[in-house]
Amino acid sequence: MTRKTLPHHLAIALAAAVACVVSACQPTPEDGPKKTPKAGDAATLHYFTWSDYVGPDILAEFERQTGARVVVDTFTSNEELLAKLQSGATGYDVTVPSDFMVSIMMRQGLLEPLDQALIPNAGQLEDHLKNLPFDTEHRYSMPYLWGTVGIGYDSAAIDTPPDSWAVLWDRRYAGKISMLNDQREVFGAVLRSMGHSMNSTDPGVIEAAKARLVAQKSLVKTYTSERYDHLLASGEVVLAQGWGGPVARAMKERPSIRYVVPKEGGTVWADCLVVLRSSRNKELAMQFINFLLDPHVSARTSERLLFAASNKEARALVSRPVRENPAVYPPLDLLPRLEWMQDVGAAIRVYDRAWTELKMTRS
Amino acid sequence: MKSGTVWLRSTGIATLLFLYLPIIVLVVFSFNASRLSAQWQGFTWDWYRLLARDASLHAATANSLVVAVISTVLATGLGLAASMGLERLPGSRARHVLEGALLLPLIIPEIMMGVALLLFFVTVKIPLSLTTVILGHTAFNVPVVMVIVRARLRKLDPRLEEAAYDLGASPWQAFRRITWPLLRPGVLGAGLMALTISLDDFIVTFFTAGPGSTTLPLKVYSMIKSGVSPEINALSAILVVLSMGLVALSLALQRR
Repeated sequence: MTRKTLPHHLAIALAAAVACVVSACQPTPEDGPKKTPKAGDAATLHYFTWSDYVGPDILAEFERQTGARVVVDTFTSNEELLAKLQSGATGYDVTVPSDFMVSIMMRQGLLEPLDQALIPNAGQLEDHLKNLPFDTEHRYSMPYLWGTVGIGYDSAAIDTPPDSWAVLWDRRYAGKISMLNDQREVFGAVLRSMGHSMNSTDPGVIEAAKARLVAQKSLVKTYTSERYDHLLASGEVVLAQGWGGPVARAMKERPSIRYVVPKEGGTVWADCLVVLRSSRNKELAMQFINFLLDPHVSARTSERLLFAASNKEARALVSRPVRENPAVYPPLDLLPRLEWMQDVGAAIRVYDRAWTELKMTRS
Repeated sequence: MKSGTVWLRSTGIATLLFLYLPIIVLVVFSFNASRLSAQWQGFTWDWYRLLARDASLHAATANSLVVAVISTVLATGLGLAASMGLERLPGSRARHVLEGALLLPLIIPEIMMGVALLLFFVTVKIPLSLTTVILGHTAFNVPVVMVIVRARLRKLDPRLEEAAYDLGASPWQAFRRITWPLLRPGVLGAGLMALTISLDDFIVTFFTAGPGSTTLPLKVYSMIKSGVSPEINALSAILVVLSMGLVALSLALQRR
């Protein structure tokens, strides 16, 4: 007895549509009585996070320290997170949007300014994360985990280590290439390889990028943001555009897997901890953020998820193979070549259309 | 004639394979020792053991059970009452209109139902929580219960109840002593069907869930997004077996 499930993005789109309709009658966060729990109060903290993003041992530790209870709910994409919050879900205290989503949520007034006094661990942020383009003074967000987008490849199947995005157009690997199922990242890779910024808003440039992607399509096995680690590890693809963490996971299964950020540069990303304006436990929420940013706690998270911790001290605390894996901890000399994905404003429509056209082209 | 039966038999088998092969593959791979679902590397119970230790999964299971049980009880009660009322309604036109209105949730796309419920809850300012999920599940389960209960009701001889009245029974007595015992297998079957649908539901839950109300299907979905692991196969295998058992029980009860 299975009920039909609809494609996920459709569900999100509709949730977003509803959000637009209902936003007029949405209660403002100031509505309703607010209780500020005192210390020692058995408060409940609702943490809305990526699936599998937080280890149960870490939560238990926070619960022991504060006496509070932590309830975790998960989302699977930034868009889903936004749709859920816009459609009136209140009660979440802390969540973890990615960089570009932080700026969108800031603009929509969903975020509470952070009380720096409650988050002393913020002082140990990696230098390059101290001044982020979307929230320069960390008024609303604290980077938590970060990394890059590059190419995972099987060194046993590819004779010369690739150093350019151009390898994804190499006919020798036809049918053994996977790309992310993410329009901005896929276009970002092409735009970088054409010498442009991944945040280009020029319709002509985007159109040219689309033409290159259409030419590549017959070589691509699949566009996926979830399964490429498995595809790499099982040898079904030998080249995969992807985030470093999953590529590092694939390395555990197949030691010949390597990771490279091409010389033209790639995306740098950070998932950031924020407190929601509708939170009823703001003080506890800030404490929780501080706890997650603790060098030991974030080192453990980093080790488990194979993403880099934002805390400078944590780098020394993770095991050497993880620290020295470029898929997890990008070498610092790479930083000048990395670019943050930014909101492209109205040009997003151009991307949307080009992406749809690419997806509809028969290879 | 002979070739006809062969053809019939082979299409029958092909259809069954088409329906069940993916499920069989899923269950088989839940015992695969490899983390990669693509290759077979020996038999293991590990993934089931991992499931047994996963606290967040236990919370999701508890949520699923709470939602399924409460919404089933509510939907069965409402559906039973609605079916009896409809059956007795004088005037077939009013009955047809009401029947259509009550069965509509069965026909409209589930995503519409989800969006409509979300919109409703937001408009009347009910914060999304486990309660809203329960209400949503009750809403889509009432027509399911009605369809099954009404099929049973129509098979009942109305004269049995009339005879009870003739012999001086009050309406409540007539229901309790005559109608209910005859209806019970159908109602229980309907309840089990509602329970199964509630346990399996993703879309309505997705729209109506708030903080702390992640159910098993939502959990499975988010686990897939962080990488397909054999743990999900194991969890899905348990859900499939559980659902099949409930449906079988429901059908057995309805046949009585």
